Amino acid sequence: MINSSSDNVKKLNSINRRMFITGSLKFFIMVGIISRLFFLQVKENKKYLTLSDKNRIREWKLAPIRGEFHDYFGNIIAGNFEAYQLHIIPEQVDDFRYVIYRIKDLLELSDKEFRKVLKKKNEIKPWETLIVSDNLSWQKFSKINNHLYDLNGVKPVISISRSYPFKENFTHLIGYVSQANQNDIETTESIKKNFVPGLKVGKVGLEKTFEEKLIGTNDIERYEVNAYGRRISQLEFQKGEKGQTLKLTIDTEVQKLANELLKDQAGSICVMDIYTGAIIAMHSSPSFDPNLFVFGISKDDWQLIRNDPMKPLVNKTLQGNYSPGSTIKPIVALSALENGIIDTNFTVKCTGKNEMYGQTYHCWKKKGHGFVSLRNAMKQSCDTYFYEIARKLGVDRLSETAKKFGLGEKVFRDLFDIEKKGLIPNTQWKKNALGKGWLLGETIITGIGQGYIQTTPIQLCLMTAQIANGGYKIYPYIVVGDEQKNQPADKYIPLYENSKNIRIIKDAMFGSTNEVMGTSYKSRIDNPKYQFAGKTGTAQVKKITERDRELDLKTFEIPYEERDHALYVAFGPYKNPRYALSVIVEHGGNGSTTAAPMAKKLFKLIIDRHNLRQSMDDRRYLEI
Amino acid sequence: MYIYQHSRLKTNRLSFFQKFRNFDYILLFCIIILGFISLITMYSTDGGQALFHTKSHFTKLIVFTIMMLIISFINIKYWFALGYLSYLMVIGLLVGTYLFGITSSGSQRWINLYFINLQPSELMKVFIILCLAKYFHRMKLENVNSIYTILTSLIIIMLPMGLVIVQPDLGTSLLIGISGIAVLWFAGVNHKYFIYTMLGFVISLPFIIAFLKPYQKLRVLTFLNPDRDPLGAGYQIIQSKIAVGSGGIFGKGFLKGTQSYLEFLPEKHTDFIFTLFSEEFGFVGSAILLIIYAIIIYRIVVIGASCRSYFAKIFCYSFGAAIFVFITINMSMVLGLLPIVGSPLPIMSYGGSSMLATMIGFGIVMSARVHNQQLIA
Repeated sequence: MINSSSDNVKKLNSINRRMFITGSLKFFIMVGIISRLFFLQVKENKKYLTLSDKNRIREWKLAPIRGEFHDYFGNIIAGNFEAYQLHIIPEQVDDFRYVIYRIKDLLELSDKEFRKVLKKKNEIKPWETLIVSDNLSWQKFSKINNHLYDLNGVKPVISISRSYPFKENFTHLIGYVSQANQNDIETTESIKKNFVPGLKVGKVGLEKTFEEKLIGTNDIERYEVNAYGRRISQLEFQKGEKGQTLKLTIDTEVQKLANELLKDQAGSICVMDIYTGAIIAMHSSPSFDPNLFVFGISKDDWQLIRNDPMKPLVNKTLQGNYSPGSTIKPIVALSALENGIIDTNFTVKCTGKNEMYGQTYHCWKKKGHGFVSLRNAMKQSCDTYFYEIARKLGVDRLSETAKKFGLGEKVFRDLFDIEKKGLIPNTQWKKNALGKGWLLGETIITGIGQGYIQTTPIQLCLMTAQIANGGYKIYPYIVVGDEQKNQPADKYIPLYENSKNIRIIKDAMFGSTNEVMGTSYKSRIDNPKYQFAGKTGTAQVKKITERDRELDLKTFEIPYEERDHALYVAFGPYKNPRYALSVIVEHGGNGSTTAAPMAKKLFKLIIDRHNLRQSMDDRRYLEI
Repeated sequence: MYIYQHSRLKTNRLSFFQKFRNFDYILLFCIIILGFISLITMYSTDGGQALFHTKSHFTKLIVFTIMMLIISFINIKYWFALGYLSYLMVIGLLVGTYLFGITSSGSQRWINLYFINLQPSELMKVFIILCLAKYFHRMKLENVNSIYTILTSLIIIMLPMGLVIVQPDLGTSLLIGISGIAVLWFAGVNHKYFIYTMLGFVISLPFIIAFLKPYQKLRVLTFLNPDRDPLGAGYQIIQSKIAVGSGGIFGKGFLKGTQSYLEFLPEKHTDFIFTLFSEEFGFVGSAILLIIYAIIIYRIVVIGASCRSYFAKIFCYSFGAAIFVFITINMSMVLGLLPIVGSPLPIMSYGGSSMLATMIGFGIVMSARVHNQQLIA
C-alpha cells in the first residue's frame, strides 16, 4: 500500500510537471494565434479590405451615346435613333425552348438567324443578356409587346443606335459606323477605354477621323456580385457623357442636288467657299446607304456594293486621280503669263494639227481655230495654243505654279486618311520615279492636262477657288470651328507675282462660259446674280488612234469604259465671286455637254441659298 | 484506510442535488455560450435565415448538451469500466465504415446506423483518450517506459489511425494520433522518446511527402505558396485570408460578411466557420471566441487537477490538450499558418459526429468534476 501510494505520488508529480509544460506551451501557441489574427485583421486590414472589394464589386460599362453630325443649318445628318431590340435573360425564362420557338414564329426568323441566336445563347452565362434581335421594325416590336403575356422573361428594349437620315447623300463624307473590331480597339485609345461588346465605331470618313470627339464616355454601373459573377445588387450608377456634336460647313440642299445630278453616273461634285475654304458640298457617286452597315451589312448587300463596276466604295472626290484635261489650262496660261513667256497679245495659228519633234499633235477641232490669242484660246479651249505655250514654258515652271495652287498636295492634309495627292510631274520627278529623262513631247501634252498629270476633284475645286478669290491661298475645311484652329499661317498669302495675270485668266474663263463660241456657252446664266465663269475639260482615258479620228464616233457609240471623262470647273457669281466648284463625270464624254450643265443647276441653287447661309454666319457671331 | 473507506462511502452516496452542486458552472456556461455563438454563426452561413444547417445544428446542440448532462451524472467509474469496450466498439464501427461506409467527395468516412450517419473517426478522437487513460491508470511509473507498454499503446493508437487513413482522411487520422500521444505524454513516457520521434519525423518528412497522394502534395505546395494557383488549389486559403483580413477590428457586422454571403468562402459551414465568424465580428469577436475556448480548456485542466483518481486526471489533461490542438490546428489552417487538413472547429463547425465526440468528452470531464472525490480501484 505504501509502495503503491508512493508510486501514486510519483505519478502525480510527473503528470503535474508535464501539465505545467503543456500549459505554458498552450499559452504561447494561443498568443501566436492571437498575434496572427492581429496581423491579418488590424495591421493588414486595408490590404484585405481592398481585396475583398475587388472580389465583390464589378463594373459594367454601357455603350456611350455617339455625338451627332449637323449640317451648316443645324439639320442632323448623322444622328441617333431608338433601335427596338429584343433581349432575353435565359435563366429568367421558365421554358426557354417554348419561348424561343414562339419568338421565332413572331419575328419570322429564318432558320439561319435562328441557329445564330441559339449559338449565341450557348456562349453566354445563363444570367447574361441574350440579344435576339438588335433592330426590329416597329410592327414586329409591337407584335412582341402584344404577346408579352406568354413570353416570360423576354424584354423588349429601346436602345440608342446610329442613323443616317439622308442615306446615300453623305456616305463618302461622313462615312459610317459599325461594330468595333480588334484592330480598332488596338489602334485607338478612346475606343479601348470605352469599349463594350457591340460598340459601334467609325470605319471611314469623318466618323473615323473624329472618333475621339464623337465617342463620348460610358455609363458605368457598379454591381455587387457573388463568387460566380451573378449580380446581387447595384451599388452605383455613373452617367456617361454624350459625344461631341460636330457642325459641318455642308449645305444639305446642295449636297442633295449633287447626288441627284450624278444619279446613275460615276463622278464627283464639290463646292467650296472661295474665301473661307468652307466646303458647301462634296459628293462622290455612286453612293450607298450607310445605314446598312450599322447593324452589320448582309452578305448580299455587301456583294452588290463591292462588285458594282462604278465602284461606290471609292470616294472619287478625294481618291479619284483624274487627268485634268483642259481644266488645267487656266493654270498653264497663268504660269506662262507669270513667267513672262507670253502676254495677252501673243497669238498662235491653229491648223487643227501640228507636227512637233516628229509627232503629230491634234487640236480637238479638226479644222483648227486659225489665229488665236490667249483669251480666245481659253474660250475655245484651243489645244494648239496650249501646246505652244507649254513648249515655251517647260514642265518645271508649269509644275511650280500648279503646286502653288494646291495641285499635287492633299487638300485636307490629315483629315481623311484615304485622300490621294494626285501627281504634278516635272523633270526631277520623272528621273526619280521612272529613272528616265523628260521628253519635250510630254511637256506638250501636259499643257492640255494629259500625260502623267493627275489631279483629284477636290484639288481642281481648290485651284479654281484660289483663282476666283484673286489668287490667295485658302485651306478648305469641313468642320465648323476648324477654320480658327488648324489653319497654317500662310493662309491668304498671294499666290501670284502680278494680280493682273489672275484677272486676265478670270476674264478668259468668263469668255469661255458667257460668250459665243465659248465651250460652255450653252450652260451660261445671263442674270448677273447667277452668272458664272468656268472651264470645261475632257480627259482622254486612252490614246486616240488615227483610226479613231477617222471614225469620229459619237460618245454613245463608244464603249462605256473608253469614253472620255467630262470635267468642269467654275466660280460664281462672276461679279463678286463667292463659290467655286468642280464637276467630274466619269466617262461622261464631253465637259461642255455633260459637266457644265450640272454646274448651271448648282450655281442657281447655291447662290439662291447664299443669303440664308450668310444669315447663319451672322447668327453664329451673335451667339458668341 | 478509514478515510479512504469513508470518502468512498460518502461519494457513493452523492444525491442528485449534491451532484448538481458539484457541477462546474463556469465550464457549463462557456459551453452554452459557445453553442449560442455557433448557432448564430450557422444562421449567418444560411444567409440570415434559419434554414437546414441552422435547424440541424440547433437540434444537435440541444440533444448533445442534454446527453452531456446525462453523462456527467453517471459516475466516472462506469466510464472507466467502459474504456476498452467503447474503444473496441469504435474500432468495430471503423471496420464497418471500411466495409460498408458511405462514400462522399472521394472518401469513405461515414457509416449508416439507420437513424444517423456517423463518422466514427471523430468519435475515436475521444475514445482513444478514454482507452489509453484506462490503460495507464493502474500502471506503475517504472513500467510506463517498458517496451511492452509502449508497443501496446502504439498499437492502440496505430490501429484506428490506419483504419482512418485508408478512408482516406489524413487530417482526422493525425488528430487521433495526437490525442493518443497526449495521453502517452501525461502518462509519463520518457520525454526523450517524444524528442526522438519529433526528430525522426522531421528527417523523414521529405520521404513522407513523397508518399503523399497528389492532392495532399498539392495542399502542402499550396500552403507554402498560395498564389501559385489562386483560382484552383490556393483559392480556399486566399479567400479565407481575405475574409479574415477584411474583417478588421470590429468586423463587417452580423450577416454582413461579404466574402461568405457572396459565396467566395469555401466550406463555410464546417472547416472554415471561424473565417466567417472572424469576418463578421472582427478581431474583437475572434479574440473573445478564443478566450472562451481558453477558459473551457483552463476549466478542464482545473477539473483534472481537482480529481483524486489518476484516470480522471489523465483523461481531463489529455482531453484538454486534444481540444486545444483541434482548435489551434483549425485556426492555423484558416489563418494560413498550416496546410489545409480537414479538421473541424469543436462545437462551432457543422457536423454531428464531431459535436457528439466533443460533447461526450465534455460529459466525461463534467462527470469527473461531479465525482472528483471518487477513487477508482
